[in-house]
Amino acid sequence: MGDIAVEATGVSKRFRLYHERNQSLKAAFMRGGRAKFDEFWALQDVDLQIPTGKTFGLIGHNGSGKSTLLKCLAGILVPDRGSIGVHGRVSALLELGAGFHPELSGRDNVYLNGSILGMSRKQIDRSFDEIVDFAGLETFIDTPVKNYSSGMYVRLGFSVAINVDPEILMVDEVLAVGDEAFQRKCMEKFADFREQGRTVVVVSHALSTMRTMCDEVAWLDHGKLLEVGHPRDLVDAYVGRSHEDRVETEPPEGGEQAGHGARWGSGEVTIRSVELLDGDQPVSQVATGQRMTFRMHWKAKKPVEEPVFGIAVHTLDGVHVTGPNTRDVELSTGTLDGEGWLDLHVPRLMLTSGTYELTAAVFDRSVAHAFDHREKLLRFDVTPGTPRDQNGVISLGGSWEIQAQVDSSA
Amino acid sequence: MGDERDRYAQEDVISQFSEVFANRELLGNLVLRELRGKYKGTALGWFWSLLNPLAATLIFTVVFGAILRVTPSVGAGGVQNYTLFLLCALLPWNYFSGVVNAGMAAMLDNANLIKKTAFARHLIVFSATVSLFVTFGIEMLVLAVALLVFGVNPLLWIVPTVLLMLLLAVFATGLALMLSVANVYFRDSAHFVAIALQVLFYATPVIYPISLVSHVHPDSLVARLHIDTLYFWNPLVHFVEAFRALLYQHQLPSLTTCLVVVLSSAASLWLGWVVFNRYSGRLAEEL
Ligand SMILES: Nc1ncnc2c1ncn2[C@@H]1O[C@H](COP(=O)(O)OP(=O)(O)O)[C@@H](O)[C@H]1O
Ligand SMILES: [Mg+2]
Repeated sequence: MGDIAVEATGVSKRFRLYHERNQSLKAAFMRGGRAKFDEFWALQDVDLQIPTGKTFGLIGHNGSGKSTLLKCLAGILVPDRGSIGVHGRVSALLELGAGFHPELSGRDNVYLNGSILGMSRKQIDRSFDEIVDFAGLETFIDTPVKNYSSGMYVRLGFSVAINVDPEILMVDEVLAVGDEAFQRKCMEKFADFREQGRTVVVVSHALSTMRTMCDEVAWLDHGKLLEVGHPRDLVDAYVGRSHEDRVETEPPEGGEQAGHGARWGSGEVTIRSVELLDGDQPVSQVATGQRMTFRMHWKAKKPVEEPVFGIAVHTLDGVHVTGPNTRDVELSTGTLDGEGWLDLHVPRLMLTSGTYELTAAVFDRSVAHAFDHREKLLRFDVTPGTPRDQNGVISLGGSWEIQAQVDSSA
Repeated sequence: MGDERDRYAQEDVISQFSEVFANRELLGNLVLRELRGKYKGTALGWFWSLLNPLAATLIFTVVFGAILRVTPSVGAGGVQNYTLFLLCALLPWNYFSGVVNAGMAAMLDNANLIKKTAFARHLIVFSATVSLFVTFGIEMLVLAVALLVFGVNPLLWIVPTVLLMLLLAVFATGLALMLSVANVYFRDSAHFVAIALQVLFYATPVIYPISLVSHVHPDSLVARLHIDTLYFWNPLVHFVEAFRALLYQHQLPSLTTCLVVVLSSAASLWLGWVVFNRYSGRLAEEL
């Protein structure tokens, strides 16, 4: 194997946006021609060389073409222009799915998916236990995957994708799903892969992970490749840029707040918006040490028993500062129906001054299944206050006391 | 570059056939999945798969054999049995329409797989061909036994019959390949194909002997519109006649019939292959 694992030369990808949702022969006959559509270039002239044995990240805003590029590299989409060279066996895991057949059991899907990824039956037999074990799905392996939660789905998909012994692994936004323990297992697996000299191409919203995990990062913007370089520099530049682009998004009265991160979940309960309150007054910034409230507006389509709410606060470079949730404090949320809000009262906000991202989520009672997960729903500023600590992320709120040692024998 | 990813655009038939061979294990899994899916949950699964042709046979025998009294042609050893006469054509017809219908639905049914994984997409169509062939084979075995019982020993004719079955599979697969992509681009294709299949069923001598068409009166409307000439342009007429010649009459089919069967199979597969390769590249985004 040479130095380059994956190579894209002048890759452009065009999508068609049809005017009618369902193209039909009848309509085509009646119009006397082909279906009408607009064209849209999702990728333009992308040149990329991914070195063998490196972990390579793709960053860029939503809709910048990361997934499209990954699908082209994986051979799922065919570029309209340019060419793609792949040197090695590829295994790809794309956004919340591994191409499972919903009606088949987990077991059958493992075999089917394994053979799609180029494994022989014997090879799958050999790694089957490992696959199931890694996914932690021993008891559900003979259940049809349509009954799986999104977390289980991703776990099994990831487990198959990494256990087929790929030379090149491609993953798109999967690390965001699943619990902490599973994410840690994945990170360990990535580290193993890297040690074994395999190539990993990864798309993730978790910028801090990208920063530490990747050897090299490519920045996509509106389908064009802006820059390829060192992850630290590029992630910082990217964060800075999206900071400049930020428009204050006040929640519209009674409406849905638009976040700027990924959103997923099955939607039985949704989080409509999150507000920062000083007393009863909505505020856009808070001072360190101030008393304040996070208010989450929720809406339930049908009665839902004991959902678990939580928020997470991250720094702009992705450090997870805190993640309070109703389960850890054993708060019973009862049965929710209709609309309402949930307050988290903070007596003293111990964040140091700076800008923070707030993620809000609501899960089912087992926290295995997300009803609504809204990453980076709100960005807020903390201004200097008291305590006056400036360094790091949090203030301990401590007070200093100095004492000189006096020699009593003198 | 050996593994350049322009295989969809490639017109190199030999390398693609070798790819199918390289993917035989995947094809096997897809076939197994289909067979399992079909008979899953019903203890009498295989029985149900035979029940449908059985019911059709019964209906046609009663309506056309007993009520309308269609006279079947005389078979080997003087046998003149409408049911046997019918089955020799009905089973191949069922297989043909089965493959066409399954091919139609193949891409939509597997949308998730196509959108999320990279593999040779034509395997989905081939898996329908192969899995239905299993059922077809079983039905033909049952027919062979029935023929034996009625004193028309088919043993000597098994080899050419199997060859013919394979050719029919090739012919149907070519059409299925074309229709599978057409159905993605035009979601109402299935309606048109359903009508076309219905017309084709009556335009093929399944429930009646071909002699009825060969001997239409020269002054009749059919003859004046040259429908009787047009009739023989339908390759399925020749397929069905070939099956009947081999199994029911114990004769070799006519040279014309043999030629039409072989050439139309080759043409269908070639055309299906070209159309499929031309339009399958955008499947993942059109689905
Ligand atoms: N199948 C499709 N048909 C039409 N447009 C698409 C299709 N898939 C993606 N797009 C569009 O292409 C652009 C890039 O999408 P994507 O690659 O998913 O972005 P990212 O993964 O960076 O968020 C988006 O504007 C998206 O709407
Ligand atoms: Mg994406």
